[in-house]
Amino acid sequence: MEHAHHVEHPDMYDAESSKVGMWLFIFTELLLFGALFVIYAVYRYMNPEAFHLAGEELNRVIGTVNTVILLISSMTIAMATTALQKGQRNVAIALVSVTFVIGLAFLVNKYFEWGVKFSHGIWPGSEHMMNEMSHGEVLFFGLYFVMTGLHALHIIIGMAIMVFAVRGLVRGKVHPDRPSLLDNCGLYWHLVDLIWIFLFPLFYLIH
Amino acid sequence: MSGEKHHIVPYRLYFVVLIALLALTFASVWITSIELRDYTVAAALLFAIVKSYLVLNYFMHLKYDKPYIKIMVGFVFAIFLVMIVITFLDYLYR
Repeated sequence: MEHAHHVEHPDMYDAESSKVGMWLFIFTELLLFGALFVIYAVYRYMNPEAFHLAGEELNRVIGTVNTVILLISSMTIAMATTALQKGQRNVAIALVSVTFVIGLAFLVNKYFEWGVKFSHGIWPGSEHMMNEMSHGEVLFFGLYFVMTGLHALHIIIGMAIMVFAVRGLVRGKVHPDRPSLLDNCGLYWHLVDLIWIFLFPLFYLIH
Repeated sequence: MSGEKHHIVPYRLYFVVLIALLALTFASVWITSIELRDYTVAAALLFAIVKSYLVLNYFMHLKYDKPYIKIMVGFVFAIFLVMIVITFLDYLYR
């Protein structure tokens, strides 16, 4: 991880370039998901009825709960950067830990949500999907599993980065004059939030 | 944050932004549950765009960043927009 690299070489530390490097990485992520959004838009345009039907299958309540969860977690990690700047190390550690737990709650929700789909025989390549669904519905659920799955993977990676950020805070390697690891951890987490902000209406709300 | 000058964002501001984001979330849930026909997609996307603007500016500190970072972010979104427009021009006129 590049941030860890910076932490180990104090003389080469540069907060500005760390941040720009993180943004460049975020751009690649935005375009990765951007391409998936374009695929979604085209398939939706070609199969409006099927997407309408398939969208009804998704649980709005779970989707909304997960949105609220993710927005709150975005606030707590943003507050952690403020805490560090104010020199309140323990508050920062607590806030990142809280964010980690909230991220876990998101994944638990996702687990149950996917579990319900699986119990209805809906998973990529399932018999039910292949035999009883229209082409458009198969496309919808294919995109649903790929996009929310890829998003969940980003949640897991974000939580892993948080572990490193907390370790840095505890060991004193991340402090008010060297906040990049925590700042970039926050940026990554906000990216995950940003992607969900678009996934949520496209899959759960638009019927 | 922004170079040498550290702009410390108060906790309070983050909380206010969260409240705004939650309000927008519930508003988008409400507006998509009423029958708007073709405008449902547009309405949902509009709320999502406003929400992402808040996240980018406040949570991701773009508001306090140097202009070149803002320009870069704007450029990436512009590329994305061009990608969508070109794709749909292709599908609409083939």
